[in-house]
Amino acid sequence: MNDRVSDVASAAPGPVYRAGLAVGELRYQRCGGCAAAVHPPRVLCPECGSQELDWRRSAGLGEVYSTTAVRGRSGVHNVALIDLDEGFRMMSRVEGTEPDEVRIGDRVGFLTADQDGEPIAVFQRTETKGGPTA
Amino acid sequence: MTSGSLRGRAAVVGVAESDLGEVAEGLTPLDLCGQAAARALADAGLRKSEVDGLFTASSYYALAAMDTAEYLGIRPRHIDGTNIGGSSFVSHLLHAAAAVEEGLCSVALIVYGSTQRSDGGRLVSPSKPDPYEGPYRPRYPVSMYALAAARHIHQYGTTREQLADVAVAARQWARLNPAAFEREPLTREEVLGSRMISDPLTVRDCCLVTDGGGALVVVSAERARELERNGGPKPAYLLGAGEATWHRNISRMPDLTVTAARDSGRRAFEMAGLRPSDVDVVELYDAFTINPVLFLEDLGFCAKGEGGSFVADGAIAPGGRLPVNTNGGGLSYCHPGMYGVFTVIEAVRQLRGTCGERQVADAEVALAHGNGGTLSSQVTAILGTGETL
Repeated sequence: MNDRVSDVASAAPGPVYRAGLAVGELRYQRCGGCAAAVHPPRVLCPECGSQELDWRRSAGLGEVYSTTAVRGRSGVHNVALIDLDEGFRMMSRVEGTEPDEVRIGDRVGFLTADQDGEPIAVFQRTETKGGPTA
Repeated sequence: MTSGSLRGRAAVVGVAESDLGEVAEGLTPLDLCGQAAARALADAGLRKSEVDGLFTASSYYALAAMDTAEYLGIRPRHIDGTNIGGSSFVSHLLHAAAAVEEGLCSVALIVYGSTQRSDGGRLVSPSKPDPYEGPYRPRYPVSMYALAAARHIHQYGTTREQLADVAVAARQWARLNPAAFEREPLTREEVLGSRMISDPLTVRDCCLVTDGGGALVVVSAERARELERNGGPKPAYLLGAGEATWHRNISRMPDLTVTAARDSGRRAFEMAGLRPSDVDVVELYDAFTINPVLFLEDLGFCAKGEGGSFVADGAIAPGGRLPVNTNGGGLSYCHPGMYGVFTVIEAVRQLRGTCGERQVADAEVALAHGNGGTLSSQVTAILGTGETL
């Protein structure tokens, strides 16, 4: 499958990322100079400095790198760092699982959720250490 | 400038805190800067009119150096308002030594003040949430440190009990420091059983929220010796210092178990010509209990992954193998938001031998380490007595 996002090469990076979420896509940049996966979006590669950054569609599959349950007056919610299979990391949350039951190493898949009227990238667990979840 | 050329070229000759804890109603952050500056200059035996270099950072004032110069009534010819969070003032120490060496100023004042406890007890931060992190509502900054702690536990088998022992050791030191905010006994069980804030960190794994300020006066080594001959304090010479920054936001930190203290520490030790085993007393920025674990590893006091066992069972408490955070640290003594200046104040006092009950015997080399942001900016300074030159 071609994962290139077309007609956005010269657009401002932030809006391209957000436009992806609006149509249910998790977009990231791939450096034409060193092949690094880049997120958050920007105009130069933080690894090699190249300005040749192509937009790609992530398959949305990854693994929990670290996780915490944030406990406040309004309840408990998950905050996690997700390592996507394409090689970039992002902050997100794992939904559909108790916030303190998310484990480092859990396999997760991307979906969008509404946060204060804007779509954001969140994840659901597909596999935990004991094997695939229902 | 070649590495090492600053070794022993400048010294801290004045240190002071402002009022600490919960200060009188209506005192402003600038008032606390004024208190700390006046007291540090008196400690050094210098007059305000002699200050020609000003170094400051603030969570309150975006143009803090100008606000502070105006408030103090000084007209500095050299100003450095570098703001890299809580590590700023350790950074200012290195910058001040370089400025004095180059003749850009002769009496450098480093100063800080904050009234965040009086302001409502929440961390005052001038930084806006990162747009790629903010929507997930991490509690800034504790959730970022919680993510690092969770990863260290996962990767190295570090335990919550070991983290709790960092808080217990800090409290034991604080009980020996009359200026410390929290001086009641604290047990491992109390740390583990207190309210969870962001797993795996409880409220007792987190620093205090206090008011407070501090100041340092830095001059050339020659001037420091002259002041000492005329009855001034014993100088604390800057032997080495190093800075490093690898990221700003926690999601961009390459490995949550390795901080840029690995670079800042190496640079400081290289300049000083010393090794961790030469250090008698260590003052680390302990915003959270995971911090000393990471910094002791990254500064070379123990191997990566062994920080948990290194800090456990009183090993960094009074009478332990290495005295760490002898003032009680940000966990039990004082934490007004940007703690770095207090690591240097305590290091200098330990080298002077004026710490009373908490004095480390024969302390000749002290390390002060500042942390800023979310494990982002790391700055290490190594100070020594005249015998170490």
